[in-house]
Amino acid sequence: METTLTSPKTEQISRLTDETIVIETKALNFYYSPETHALKNIDLQIPEKKVTAFIGPSGCGKSTLLRCFNRMNDLIPGAYLTGKVLIEGEDIYAPNVRLEPLRKKVGMVFQKSNPFPMSIWENVAFGPRVNGITDKRELDEIVEVALKKADLWREVKDRLQQSALDLSGGQQQRLCIARTLANMPDIILMDEPASALDPISTGKIEETIDELKKDFTIVIVTHNMQQAARVSDYTAFMMMGELVEFGATRTIFTNPREKLTEDYITGRFG
Amino acid sequence: MKNLQHKLKHHGRITYFKQKGDPYIFATGLGLVVALAMVVAMVAIILTKGLGFFWPRQLTQVTLKSGDTYLGEIWERDSRFERTGTGQEVKIKEIQLKIGNRDLYGQDFKWIDLPDVERRQQPPLATVIERLEYGNFYGFIRAVHLEQTVVDSPQAALLQAVRKGMAESRRIEARIKTLEHRLHDLTEPLSVLDQKIAQLEASGQKDAPAVARQLAHLQQQADSLEAAIGERYDRLEQQLGSLYQARDAHYLTMETADGQQKDIPLYQIVRIFQPNRMTTVQKVQHYLAKLWEFVSANPRESNTEGGVFPAIFGTVMMVLLMSIAVVPFGVLAAIYLNEYARQGRIIRLIRLSVNNLAGVPSIVYGMFGLGFFVYLVGGSIDHLFFSNRLPEPTFGTGGILWASLTLALLTLPVVVVATEEGLLAVPRANKEGALALGATRWQMIRKIAIPNAMPGILTGLILAISRGAGEVAPLMITGVVKLAPSLPLDTTFPFLHLDRKFMHLGFHIYDVGFQSPNVEAAKPMVYLTALLLIAIVVCLNLLAIYLRNRLRKKYRSSAF
Repeated sequence: METTLTSPKTEQISRLTDETIVIETKALNFYYSPETHALKNIDLQIPEKKVTAFIGPSGCGKSTLLRCFNRMNDLIPGAYLTGKVLIEGEDIYAPNVRLEPLRKKVGMVFQKSNPFPMSIWENVAFGPRVNGITDKRELDEIVEVALKKADLWREVKDRLQQSALDLSGGQQQRLCIARTLANMPDIILMDEPASALDPISTGKIEETIDELKKDFTIVIVTHNMQQAARVSDYTAFMMMGELVEFGATRTIFTNPREKLTEDYITGRFG
Repeated sequence: MKNLQHKLKHHGRITYFKQKGDPYIFATGLGLVVALAMVVAMVAIILTKGLGFFWPRQLTQVTLKSGDTYLGEIWERDSRFERTGTGQEVKIKEIQLKIGNRDLYGQDFKWIDLPDVERRQQPPLATVIERLEYGNFYGFIRAVHLEQTVVDSPQAALLQAVRKGMAESRRIEARIKTLEHRLHDLTEPLSVLDQKIAQLEASGQKDAPAVARQLAHLQQQADSLEAAIGERYDRLEQQLGSLYQARDAHYLTMETADGQQKDIPLYQIVRIFQPNRMTTVQKVQHYLAKLWEFVSANPRESNTEGGVFPAIFGTVMMVLLMSIAVVPFGVLAAIYLNEYARQGRIIRLIRLSVNNLAGVPSIVYGMFGLGFFVYLVGGSIDHLFFSNRLPEPTFGTGGILWASLTLALLTLPVVVVATEEGLLAVPRANKEGALALGATRWQMIRKIAIPNAMPGILTGLILAISRGAGEVAPLMITGVVKLAPSLPLDTTFPFLHLDRKFMHLGFHIYDVGFQSPNVEAAKPMVYLTALLLIAIVVCLNLLAIYLRNRLRKKYRSSAF
């Protein structure tokens, strides 16, 4: 096992010649503290308008990697990284990068739905408003479009002014997706978006993701192997902070190059 | 064998008893009961001692074997032991009679030994008069003088006549007040001029030509002004004189139980009643009227009579000013500590210091308030903006603003700690969610953190109010007074007079209870004031709790 992990295969894995690349990491190392080395030398290229899934056992660093893409890890005191993260060719960790436009461009849906204690309308309009849109009509339109894209409009169109906290768990998560969409991002990061939901709600979220990939680049972290197989075009398998294998989902699930990947996917450990 | 079994069984029971911890359960229950009992006892004592005060008591006429007669209210019954000539201990019962008539007897109360009493009766026509001065008068109405007419019979109708006369003399009194005001306004410019002249003359350089010229000019102004208002002044004086006469022509001749006669001007009478003849309905009316007077009127007779309205007003206003001052600062400080500051040793130290500030004795804050707010800040304000009034201080002396700010400082730690707790309770997911949508840190704090922490902030405010409303010590050196001539809020510009001294219920309790000339008579007043102070704190708290609950409903955490 040790030998597989240390073999330098990431170089070849991440070469994808036939897609436009939007996110690229170069020798990315992430440390929560000098002793906790969470991501080790990650080189990865994520293609545009495709769903890319990160799979791997708990604590392998997939969420950490995801959070590097919109710099949410900046919130953790004492954490730091080396290497580069390029989004559309720009180094987002360059000193003059402003966080707000970055996070507008790279939206995020969290594991546990986190609607704000406000009305549904205010929740969806939150992003556009903090980014400077004040016109009520324009906001109305944005809210409607976002809710439609998140497949929630039919259910809530008559109660936009009611508290978002009255929605069911699945609806809340789709509201969070709509809230992210309202910012009109290019990339949506999803951190186990369905892990706390029942199978029906999960199915709906997956349908939504399928619909969204026409317009957005989606990166999704999931624990659920079937989910990864169902929704994603590309899959990255990570373990102990290292990227073990990256490739088209079909290849990873049917014919993985690494023994470790095969073991994990077939459920021999994890 | 049987013995052993018994022993085991017994042993087992004891062990089980210990394991179950029954004694400790009892102890915890006992602790709660003791705490509750103390609170209940406190409230009960205050209620019983305070609330009965306004109920009209029967007047008792006591005739002693020596022939002395006293009329008054029985306030207390007691007994003492005395050694007789033969060395025997005898229990002597005694009663405390409030005999009033301080102007005649010199004291309000008299202890009377029951064995000395010949006869006790409750004469129906015995009358109580509450006066503006010298406290209550107890006696019998003999005659009512209403200018030319004199009413002296029938006895039962005299009270009616008095009430009619009182209404008239109140009208006269009101007229006098307006005329006196007018007179004051008329002479005000003149006295200002006189003051200026006196100042210049005292300046020691009145021989300098410039000053002398100014002096002459002022003198001339004063003379012409005096000539101009002279006629109106005389007319007002004359009107006032006749009104004073009319006022003094309404009076009452009273006779005390021991036969002394006393004339009482009607305008001096606050209230007159004959408790032995009153029906229950009348007593209830009397009680409510007195209660209303207590909360709505100004104090009389060095605060031992009348109402406490200025003290209520001062207390509430000071608490409100304190809240206005403490909440923004406390919240801002807490936001910095919690959201912006880099958590580390220094922040831990600051937080520890803030927590410790909550334990500093309040008088220390008072000293700081005096030294910093009153002398330094207030003194500087006086030099910068009110230098024309110096050496008379404007802000450089105690006042409601400085007292409020001192209390704000005192309650700041409470607000900071509570707000920090509120901010910590804001779900991390919501904060991250807002940031992930491209909100700046400040936008996140304003739209997510502060609204969510509002219940915590209000909890802080509640604690601050509870602490602030009850503090007396720091106020005594930063602006509270026994009797404030005017409220800090009135109809004259600029309406809110932050430099004014004010009255406070807590200080009122201390003052009436321990500093008044007539502590014995004022005792119920002290309890009543304490009751009022508790009621006000409870009301302010209820208001804040109501607000908090409304907010809690709005920001209840997401149900999953």
